[in-house]
Amino acid sequence: MLKQVEGSRAVAEAVALCRPEVICAYPISPQTHIVEALGEMVKRGTLAPCEFINVESEFAAMSVAIGASAAAARAYTATASQGLLFMAEAVFNASGLGLPIVMTVANRAIGAPINIWNDHTDAMSQRDCGWIQLFAETNQEALDLHIQAFRLGEELSLPVMVCMDGFILTHAYERVDVPTQAQVDAYLPPYTPRQSLDPAEPVSIGAMVGPEAFMEVRYLAHVKQMRALELIPGWAEEFRRAFGRDSGGLLHRYRCEDAELVVVALGSVLGTVKDTVDAMRERGTRIGVLGITCFRPWPQDAVRAALAQAKQIVVLEKSLAVGLGGIVSTNVRTSTSGNAQAVRTVIAGLGGRPITRTSLERTFAQALDGTLEALTFLDLDHGVVERALAREREQRRSGPIAENILRDLGVVGARIS
Amino acid sequence: MFQIRIHGRGGQGVVTAAETLSIAAFLENRYAQAFPSFGSERTGAPVVAFCRIDEREIRLREPVLNPDALIIQDPTLLHQVDVFSGLVPDGYILINTSRSFEALGVDEFARGFCAAHLCTVPATELALKHVGRPVPNAALLGGFAAVSGRVSIDAVANALRHKFSGAIAEGNVAAAREAYAFVREEMKEGSHAKTG
Repeated sequence: MLKQVEGSRAVAEAVALCRPEVICAYPISPQTHIVEALGEMVKRGTLAPCEFINVESEFAAMSVAIGASAAAARAYTATASQGLLFMAEAVFNASGLGLPIVMTVANRAIGAPINIWNDHTDAMSQRDCGWIQLFAETNQEALDLHIQAFRLGEELSLPVMVCMDGFILTHAYERVDVPTQAQVDAYLPPYTPRQSLDPAEPVSIGAMVGPEAFMEVRYLAHVKQMRALELIPGWAEEFRRAFGRDSGGLLHRYRCEDAELVVVALGSVLGTVKDTVDAMRERGTRIGVLGITCFRPWPQDAVRAALAQAKQIVVLEKSLAVGLGGIVSTNVRTSTSGNAQAVRTVIAGLGGRPITRTSLERTFAQALDGTLEALTFLDLDHGVVERALAREREQRRSGPIAENILRDLGVVGARIS
Repeated sequence: MFQIRIHGRGGQGVVTAAETLSIAAFLENRYAQAFPSFGSERTGAPVVAFCRIDEREIRLREPVLNPDALIIQDPTLLHQVDVFSGLVPDGYILINTSRSFEALGVDEFARGFCAAHLCTVPATELALKHVGRPVPNAALLGGFAAVSGRVSIDAVANALRHKFSGAIAEGNVAAAREAYAFVREEMKEGSHAKTG
């Protein structure tokens, strides 16, 4: 059924259609609307049987999800930003134990300085935690990925993180096609756990494992993720046949045929990139887009194949590995053929900085004429940076950087538009 | 693609206005996207929300930088925030006020724009009359339907009934319809934005 709803609402409806049995969450922007909507459904009895547990922290949210999943319940939670960091220890436990929890991460920057706006730093901080990480381009894809996530996670006994851009998607009203319960039931079978805590058949889950077996357990986690790479394309195809939509999969290629320059990105910025690419194509520029839907496991072969013809690659990413540069681009480089292909990193949209067509087009044009540096920051205000550095040169007690910059810009508190 | 930017203050239903407008367009089988400027929306603080309407899927995620229409829910913003930034030359301007553009001190600025696209509507008064609260958003959407013709007043009314229920929905619908009639009348007189 077509609806014009907020992204958070669309995701809540998708999660409800997956018949979760335990939902636990601690509120944090921009994720809150999702679990609020689910909480209402549980309270009204439209989502049943399901227990909604208000927990005292994100650490508790993931811990309760672990307990529920270990007891064979289909478990869901959602978080963002500092909330994800606060639950980090339990996040690793969920994957280490092989519990197929599904979690929405409404992507948001990490402080300090505190910032509630969108970027990918939160999800990227957990990229090696053993969870599958899927990134949604639109609210429709966010909705669809949740349905696929339960199926994928439960088949492999692995937890799945569905990443959607905070505010840009979670708070955007747009058209979504919400499937029927019958459609979702046909696609997502009831959860049959490989392991569960059951008083009738007592087992231990989470024992201490020493040097004699730890490597093997970790290796098998890797094997499972590699297996996901084989399963995901087929399930996306099955999803397409059942729901009539091209959602999920490992990656999406857009106008890559004959493209000299391929732009690689994740999440909602792909829409703006595609509009930019269409405009440049009209003027004869051979440019295409590679959207990475599945970031973990890293689709090594699929990315390599998709980029094989590209002479130049620009990776546009909403996170910064401080002291290195790009995280996504570091992954992309493992799928390229060394010096024959130039991979440039463009850090963009940190802390909610708008990513505009104008700036993208200028950057892509620079890449094509060979003037784009290996690492650049889209729309960085160099004047502000220079003045901050000058303050530090001129006096030892130069004060807090963020507050100095806000004063320099003449804003009291954060800018609202 | 038609792009609308709505300026107001926290508590005036700015975000709700953009969302409701997107529902109205959706109900007329068009694609629409509505989103806020993602600030910490405190009561009274300047707030911006955006709406895009198109015949095909909208992929663009940048803020609306070059609006085709501006809806100003609070005229006190006119001299505080650069509300007119990026407005296209034949863009629409709809201001919630019972005063004229001249009295608001923006007539000089407005001179460069298409006169038939400039409009005022006493939305707060209409809201007080029909809803009992100074929430001007629904009335402004009625005015927007009239001046721009981009959505029908019936679609706006139906969208308001999607967003609200019961007496509040009907009050907002009544405010929107009266604002629609008010603006149509202004347009007929051909002297809108200058009267009053």
